[in-house]
Amino acid sequence: MASTSIQVAESPLVLFTLQRADDALVLGHRLSEWCGHAPSPEEDVALANMGLDLLGQARSLYAYAAQAEGAGHDEDHLAYLRDAPQYRNLLLLEQPNGDFAHTIARQFFYAAFIDPWWRAMCASTDPTLAAIAAKAEKETAYHLRHSAEWMIRLGDGTAESARRAQAAVDALWPYTGEMFTPPDPALLAAGNVIDPETLRASYDVTVAAVLDEATLARPAGTWMHKGGRQGRHTEHLGLLLAEMQHLQRTYPGATW
Amino acid sequence: MTEQKTPLWEVFIRSRNGLAHKHAGSVHAADATMALQAARDVYTRRGEGLSLWVVPSNAITASDPADKGMMFEPTASKIYRHPTFYEVPDEVGHM
Amino acid sequence: MYTQALNSGDATAPRPVEDADRMARFQARIDAEDRIEANDWMPDAYRRTLVRQISQHAHSEIVGQLPEGRWLTRAPSLRRKAALLAKVQDECGHGLYLYAAAETLGVSREELTDQLLSGRAKYSSIFNYPALTWADIGTIGWLVDGAAIMNQIPLCRCSYGPYARAMVRVCKEESFHQRQGYEIMLTLARGTPEQKAMAQDALDRWWWPAMMMFGPPDGQSQHSDTSMAWKIKRFTNDELRQRFVDAMAPQAHFLGLTVPDPDLKWDEAAGHFTFGAIDWEEFRQVLTGNGPCNRERLADRNKAHAEGAWVREAALAHAEKRRVRAQKVAA
Repeated sequence: MASTSIQVAESPLVLFTLQRADDALVLGHRLSEWCGHAPSPEEDVALANMGLDLLGQARSLYAYAAQAEGAGHDEDHLAYLRDAPQYRNLLLLEQPNGDFAHTIARQFFYAAFIDPWWRAMCASTDPTLAAIAAKAEKETAYHLRHSAEWMIRLGDGTAESARRAQAAVDALWPYTGEMFTPPDPALLAAGNVIDPETLRASYDVTVAAVLDEATLARPAGTWMHKGGRQGRHTEHLGLLLAEMQHLQRTYPGATW
Repeated sequence: MTEQKTPLWEVFIRSRNGLAHKHAGSVHAADATMALQAARDVYTRRGEGLSLWVVPSNAITASDPADKGMMFEPTASKIYRHPTFYEVPDEVGHM
Repeated sequence: MYTQALNSGDATAPRPVEDADRMARFQARIDAEDRIEANDWMPDAYRRTLVRQISQHAHSEIVGQLPEGRWLTRAPSLRRKAALLAKVQDECGHGLYLYAAAETLGVSREELTDQLLSGRAKYSSIFNYPALTWADIGTIGWLVDGAAIMNQIPLCRCSYGPYARAMVRVCKEESFHQRQGYEIMLTLARGTPEQKAMAQDALDRWWWPAMMMFGPPDGQSQHSDTSMAWKIKRFTNDELRQRFVDAMAPQAHFLGLTVPDPDLKWDEAAGHFTFGAIDWEEFRQVLTGNGPCNRERLADRNKAHAEGAWVREAALAHAEKRRVRAQKVAA
């Protein structure tokens, strides 16, 4: 067990898998922050459910990344001993929970993309990725349904919920473009991964339909923040990791 | 307390190998869609479910529990005495 | 343990003569291990006691999410993170099963929530203690869930059907909680000197509060007799507490940790562990609101409830809009 920060040899496959693993871990971690504080016990269970699904996906993906790297690292090395600039998650997912509308909007935008993405990845020529995709897709289909239903209820609920939902949509919109970052050409050519651009049309239809039914306005801005995939994060990730990694950093080399 | 009450729904589950839906408990939700999701999240976390029914609790009518051998009094036609099963007009005041 | 602050009074109030027959028939059903269901006749005191006990049990599960929930973001491995998230989620689920059971007795969840948030209803004293280190998470799973399981398994045979069935559900899910806790303790006890010290420190702080979970000594529990007669309570406080010590003391010994009770010793003749005096003054103080975390726990629950109000209102408003739209379409 390494006792200090690790360096990861990021081949295209390792990098790709780490991106998805970090996405799942960071979002799962954010959802776990709601435990004991949700608007109702039913919703507390629902958010934890989604968090658990994402943690499970993260673990499968870290295991694969570690295997692909072949440097003797395991899931915990990768999760706990890389610092923020080494993390490869989308900026969207490290955004703080904010209020319930913010959390739901973040979940909805991500799920609207990742559900069809996992479905397409079921056809990956990489059997491990295809297997992970098959399980993940069932989970994210539910995340999409749950978050979409809440978007509608918040957007088309009371004046206050509509105000908060619109504020959340407006704040998170500039982070949604990063999801369409083109993949590594070699992996794409090998059929291991898909080009997210192929999902853009159906993503736009899903988002438009839900925003419409939620009586929310689609933001007009086209500027999209990027950088997460390259390790250039917002200020939020550092704080998140400081909390998450505290014990491993404070007691290096210990087994938990 | 001025907050409006979120309706109560009874949850019935038919398991993978089951033949009939069994009563599992209840959830609170504003509408049927959310009730179904709540039921799935709360009552099927360990893969118990294959089919879920949710029914507004006050839509269920219960049979008279009176039985030949047991002499006890039937209390109501509802499945249990939940305060929201019986609509009280606002003018009557808090009850 | 969920009846730690129940008042008696009701059970000893004089009853009208015409109820005597019904009471006798009711008691006969209980004695025959019959299950009482929601629509059956039951004495008022039975109904009231059950509402208090079940709802306080439910409140305990909900409040119990808080000390462990704070450590979710600091769980030191992905496996521990996932296990803890599943555990805390289970606790919320258990609260829901129990609120559902309480509601069959004629009370609404809103009323019960109001009772908790206003401080009128109690929850298990143990959750007024702070989770200070990762070892506390192990200790809570091992000792607190261990104590809860001891209380809950007999309740699966409680006379009231909906409560008994909720307990069966809970017990099925509970066993992994205690195993997870003990496994954490084992890992720490076998770990670095700092980890072992962390484990010992947690045991030092949680042992006595866990012993207090079972409530006051039998001699001081006024309402116990009626609860036992009505099979709402199956074993006395002291009986359960003794079982707890007998089970946990060897487990602590296996960990290589020392229980913070110099009077703890095995009595060969009795076949039990004898143990030292419990500080019942501390217990009383915690019950009346002077525990380390009472104010904070209630503040957290009130905050969550208050901040969630607009969400709950939105859901109801939307449901109403749909109803109106559907009527318009039908018209």
